[in-house]
Amino acid sequence: MLRISEHPILTFKHGQQVAFRYDGQELVGYEGETIAAALHAAGVKVLRKSTVLHRPRGFFCAIGTCSSCLMKVNGEPNVRVCVEKLKAGMVIETQQGKGDLREDV
Amino acid sequence: MRMFDVCIIGGGPAGLKAAIAAGSQGLSVVLMDDADHLGGQLVKQTHMFFGSEQQRAGARGVNIAKELVEQVTSLVNVEVVLCTTALGLYDDLVLTYETEGSYRKLSAKKFIVATGASERMLTFPGNDLPGVYGAGAVQTLMNVYGVKPGNRVLMVGAGNIGLIVSYQLLQAGVEVIAIVEGGPSIGGYLVHASKVRRAGVPILTSHTIKEAVGVNCVEGAIVCELDSQWQPKSGTEQRIDADVICLAVGLSPLTDILWQAECEMVFVPELGGNVAYRDSTMCTSKPHIYVAGDVAGVEEASSAMVEGELAGLCAAKSLGVSGAHLTLQITSARSQLEELRSGPVGDKIRAGLLQAHR
Amino acid sequence: MLKKTGVATPEELANVLPSEGRLNRGAVAVLECFQNIPCNPCATSCPRHAIQEFVDINDIPSFDGDLCNGCAICVANCPGLAIFVIDETYSPDETLVKLPYEFTPLPASGDVVVAVSRAGDEIGHARVVRVQNPPVFDRTAVVHVAVPKALGHEIRFIKAGGPSRA
Repeated sequence: MLRISEHPILTFKHGQQVAFRYDGQELVGYEGETIAAALHAAGVKVLRKSTVLHRPRGFFCAIGTCSSCLMKVNGEPNVRVCVEKLKAGMVIETQQGKGDLREDV
Repeated sequence: MRMFDVCIIGGGPAGLKAAIAAGSQGLSVVLMDDADHLGGQLVKQTHMFFGSEQQRAGARGVNIAKELVEQVTSLVNVEVVLCTTALGLYDDLVLTYETEGSYRKLSAKKFIVATGASERMLTFPGNDLPGVYGAGAVQTLMNVYGVKPGNRVLMVGAGNIGLIVSYQLLQAGVEVIAIVEGGPSIGGYLVHASKVRRAGVPILTSHTIKEAVGVNCVEGAIVCELDSQWQPKSGTEQRIDADVICLAVGLSPLTDILWQAECEMVFVPELGGNVAYRDSTMCTSKPHIYVAGDVAGVEEASSAMVEGELAGLCAAKSLGVSGAHLTLQITSARSQLEELRSGPVGDKIRAGLLQAHR
Repeated sequence: MLKKTGVATPEELANVLPSEGRLNRGAVAVLECFQNIPCNPCATSCPRHAIQEFVDINDIPSFDGDLCNGCAICVANCPGLAIFVIDETYSPDETLVKLPYEFTPLPASGDVVVAVSRAGDEIGHARVVRVQNPPVFDRTAVVHVAVPKALGHEIRFIKAGGPSRA
């Protein structure tokens, strides 16, 4: 379990517990935390495959700067999940390749 | 298009203090940040700050953030805009930005760029494996969201960030196997080093990571000893089992918008990389653009706060605000900065600033 | 060597240890601060001015043991957690040591915990006598432990069990 249960300095105030889908699995996280934090807490570290060599990639900077953590969220590719907040019912998928623009955009 | 006296880009320690300084002079101020909260990296700092009472020494960064945010929100003439990314800054005093998926513009007489810094990478095989995380990312995950980055961490870098994050990992209940430091001695404050050392974490100076090991995620690392020329000593390789490799190998100023605005830049290794030339008021080569905090040179948060205050006050002065009190505040900010940088740990910063000032 | 390992040498410690005469008179602070860094909360927090006001904020603390009563306010206020209080007069065979402690769970008085040295080595046992954690200490607890006389100058940390210990 990677959630911190007690801390000498900090008190963590979590949002409501919500369910979301990750590559077909049902997982739970807290509303208001980032998708990356929710996935990490659930033990998911591989967020995408690199575009050329298909190597596994996770997050690196966690502040939306490095673009290592791009995933497909509700059908939209290239979402920086280290800054995108989790919402109930989100469908999150490991991104393959560069991703395509949504047709309705 | 909305018009402001001062627009501050970045709501970390420097930007918050700049907003308080300019806002307290009665100017109309807009403070923007790409995150959904103000405070920048301060909100992840659980340790007590150094410095003097004027910089809130002894208080924890996370509490300083709360105080500064309260001060900013109490100023009715300071507008806070979150989840907003600055895109372009132009000579006709226009800033373009993105918010809620739309592209917008505003105008301000003065801009204070306080965008901070980003984590540096280190080159080694396997450095792209999930589990190789920047120290700031580890702090975000554990101190903002309450999630441990893993169970066994190898820390790379014994500067202040590497030492502090190691201590924070221990506080979160995570094992820190070792701290490796390429240099021959510990770069951070020795009191931080002693804290982690007595808690059982070895600090291996003249050691570096040679390789990250793992198939889908980090499973371990090969570390080795370095000779006096920073070359790996053969036969010293050892494998360390770890599920996280945390890189605390320095920060680089986040200067994109300064380049785009065509501020004159200079590469100063002592300040972390490329920075804008600035004068004694923190004004860049563009008379409408000021800099403050890590974007002006990577330093401690205490100096970033004072620099933000100085930039806010000087921007106000350039807009015609005057008075003995303002002059006094500017003098005080300058002397605080001088004091914070005056000791031996400030040698590097002083040498760097000489190259960036004109 | 401190700059390579994070552990102060006996020579470095000799410079900051109060005199034998002062140690024999009861609780006194030991300021294990060896580096000129911009920091002065020890001086500003000391109610008895035993840690003198800094001329330059980068100074190493200047300490007058005769003014110190071992109250440990500086222990909780030092951002580097580098100050300890030692009372060699605690009992004929035990020294009382007051340590800063920022881990969970906090020990309780009466607990027997592992005594740890500056280098992180387990060196014996310590008996928790008191735990000070008032709001004004802002979550840097000061744990008072009684240890055999020989460990008074060696113990600088405790392992108190629980998930957060090192």
